Amino acid sequence: MTKQEYTLTVYTENQIGLLTRIAIIFSRRKINVESLNTSPSEIENIHRFNIVINETEEVVKKLCRQIEKQVEVLKAYYSSNDEIIWQELALYKVPTQEVAEKMQVERLLRQYGARAVVIRSDYTVFEATGHREETDKILEILGPYGLIEFVRSARVAIIKKSKGFHEKLQQFEERQPGEEVIENEYLGDKSASSVFSM
Amino acid sequence: MSTVKELEKQPQASTPVAPAATTSISGSVAVLEAFIAEGVETIFGYPGGAIMPIYDALYDYNDKLEHILVRHEQGGIHAAQGYARTSGKVGVVFATSGPGATNLVTGLADAMIDSTPLVCVTGQVFAHLLGTDAFQETDVINITTPVTKWNYQVTDATEIPHVLAKAFYIAASGRPGPVLIDITKNAQLQKFDYAGYQKCTHIRSYRPKPIIRREFLHEAAKLINSAQKPFILFGQGVILGRAEKEFKQFVEKSGIPAAWTILGLSALPTDHPLNVGMLGMHGNYGPNVLTNECDVLIAVGMRFDDRVTGRLDKYAKQAKVIHLDIDPAEIDKNVKATVPVWGDCKETLPMLTDLIEQKVYPQWLAKFNEFRKQEEEICIYPEMHPNDETMSMAEVINLLNELTNGDAVMVTDVGQHQMVTCRYAKFNQSKSNITSGGLGTMGFGLPAAIGAKYGAPDRTVIAIIGDGGIQMTIQELGTIMQFGAAVKIIILNNQFLGMVRQWQQLFHDKRYSFVNITSPDYVMVANGYHIPAQKVEHREQLRKALTDMLDHDGAYLLEIMVGKENNVFPMVPQGCSVSEIRLK
Repeated sequence: MTKQEYTLTVYTENQIGLLTRIAIIFSRRKINVESLNTSPSEIENIHRFNIVINETEEVVKKLCRQIEKQVEVLKAYYSSNDEIIWQELALYKVPTQEVAEKMQVERLLRQYGARAVVIRSDYTVFEATGHREETDKILEILGPYGLIEFVRSARVAIIKKSKGFHEKLQQFEERQPGEEVIENEYLGDKSASSVFSM
Repeated sequence: MSTVKELEKQPQASTPVAPAATTSISGSVAVLEAFIAEGVETIFGYPGGAIMPIYDALYDYNDKLEHILVRHEQGGIHAAQGYARTSGKVGVVFATSGPGATNLVTGLADAMIDSTPLVCVTGQVFAHLLGTDAFQETDVINITTPVTKWNYQVTDATEIPHVLAKAFYIAASGRPGPVLIDITKNAQLQKFDYAGYQKCTHIRSYRPKPIIRREFLHEAAKLINSAQKPFILFGQGVILGRAEKEFKQFVEKSGIPAAWTILGLSALPTDHPLNVGMLGMHGNYGPNVLTNECDVLIAVGMRFDDRVTGRLDKYAKQAKVIHLDIDPAEIDKNVKATVPVWGDCKETLPMLTDLIEQKVYPQWLAKFNEFRKQEEEICIYPEMHPNDETMSMAEVINLLNELTNGDAVMVTDVGQHQMVTCRYAKFNQSKSNITSGGLGTMGFGLPAAIGAKYGAPDRTVIAIIGDGGIQMTIQELGTIMQFGAAVKIIILNNQFLGMVRQWQQLFHDKRYSFVNITSPDYVMVANGYHIPAQKVEHREQLRKALTDMLDHDGAYLLEIMVGKENNVFPMVPQGCSVSEIRLK
């Protein structure tokens, strides 16, 4: 099996210390986390982690099981890049004069979908959202014009097939949940083919 | 942050213990009330500054809770492990902040890897001092995160009842493990309106056991029913699941030979005709070699540790694997399962027993016996009957079997004596072999034996310890002196760190690097602690000395001098396949 980019989506309780519990699952195995985002989810009080790693599917499956083993984790899913819609956000701070005089700003805005967030006499901040290659391309363009600061956010991802976590949560809250909740889709070939089956 | 108070909103089934009327109590009292509601009888602990309010409250609970003052917090947690392992209950530990808490780390790691249910309560500095490098402040939550099943810091007394209820539930349910609750001193002192204790039986994000999927059981049964050379491996899951009876019925109906991991030892009586012995690095010849000949491998409550499997890419490749485990993360982790049976073996085993045919495999079993004969001839007999004056560890264990009839609890430390004891000790009943399996913690033996005695007060508890391990936690003789745990301590003294020496001999050209450890006069040391003791240097003294020890009413220490450079065989050298096991 070859390594490829996988995005993990982890639904959790909102608990201090859980970030450490999840992070050390990777660091203990010397696996580099390419990107990590924590945010609210579609459900109040349920948090959603997006974690990007470069690994084989076999390793990713085992990692998901280790993550789900944590008491405060509800569910961990993994998706390859064609199974998700994802974005990253980047901010670029450049000297206004330099850019205005020497660069085709219009092309930047139109062709690469950048937006100007702040324009001051001393500097301008552009913002762009997209995939890594897209935000990288803008970085490449702005580089020669005295880029002052650059920052990029973690990946946030939506699972194409997901119907959300509402129903699943209700099942989790039941004391005697149906068989479908209990099943672990990573166990055995009989598991449902759908990524998002519980 | 959300606190446990918010989690309260989640559905939780609860049986109110106290009436709805509230009384004002301190956080410290709430801790002790929680223990009583959870059926705790014995606490192993050591006081200190940040846990003093709890100890102050304990002063008034002397008649309800027995507290054993250990000599070091590591001793305390190992004792709690020994207690949990012989009693099947949750072991409970108190320690103070800072060094008290960090001294628990080895025991937590040991309990984590060996799935031992513990609740450790540590004191912590006042909440307003957190993060200020206060006296005896340490970040115990982050230090213990990788070695606990769950941990939580309490800064407000009102959280204590719910948090402790969760702690006991998490520690004991599903695959058990250690839980640590860190309570700041202000929360211990704080008075609050207490409405009684409610046991936790449900946490929405936590599924201790699944609903069993029958289609997998049918598949498993089909494989078993068509097998020619099936083989059962069993681990501690059978004991933790309290499924000894169910397991025995499964083994007997299926007629399949069964071998154990060292933590599974005693789940099935050692003299059961289908018990073919020990797996792994120093396990028996047949079980190791035939792992690579069987056609269906049925693993029950075990996790395919590397000391069991040897080289993984040459492990049971020919076999279809049925893996019964309560922890889904164990399935496919090391060995790919053909049929995963995720569930509590107390439930899955009877279901499987119903589906299988009653069978016997005389030819297949005969193969195990052939290997047994070879091993008997080359290893076992010479070890038990040395033809010179030097005593061997095996003959001591053999004699103990005779004198105890296999009814004793055997607690071992880590090293050669551990392997020899596990290989040769006879057991009639479960929860009798207490050892540090996964972590291999030297120093485990003596304190674990103390705890084991509290967990099984009516049984004879024998601690078998090497001359290295005893010196790691020898201070716990003080605990025995003060509280009188009637532990029989046998030091098998070979004047070496024997297992390391064996490896240096076999794999490092006999370059004995820092393995010749010296010993104090153990008889004098024991006598200093008012524990009667003897040293045995000659075979003719041995039987009498062991009898004296067993007959004595109370703790007793025996130092037995054994061969300096004896090796433990058979052995699967590291990096080799189980079928490459060496008999000498």
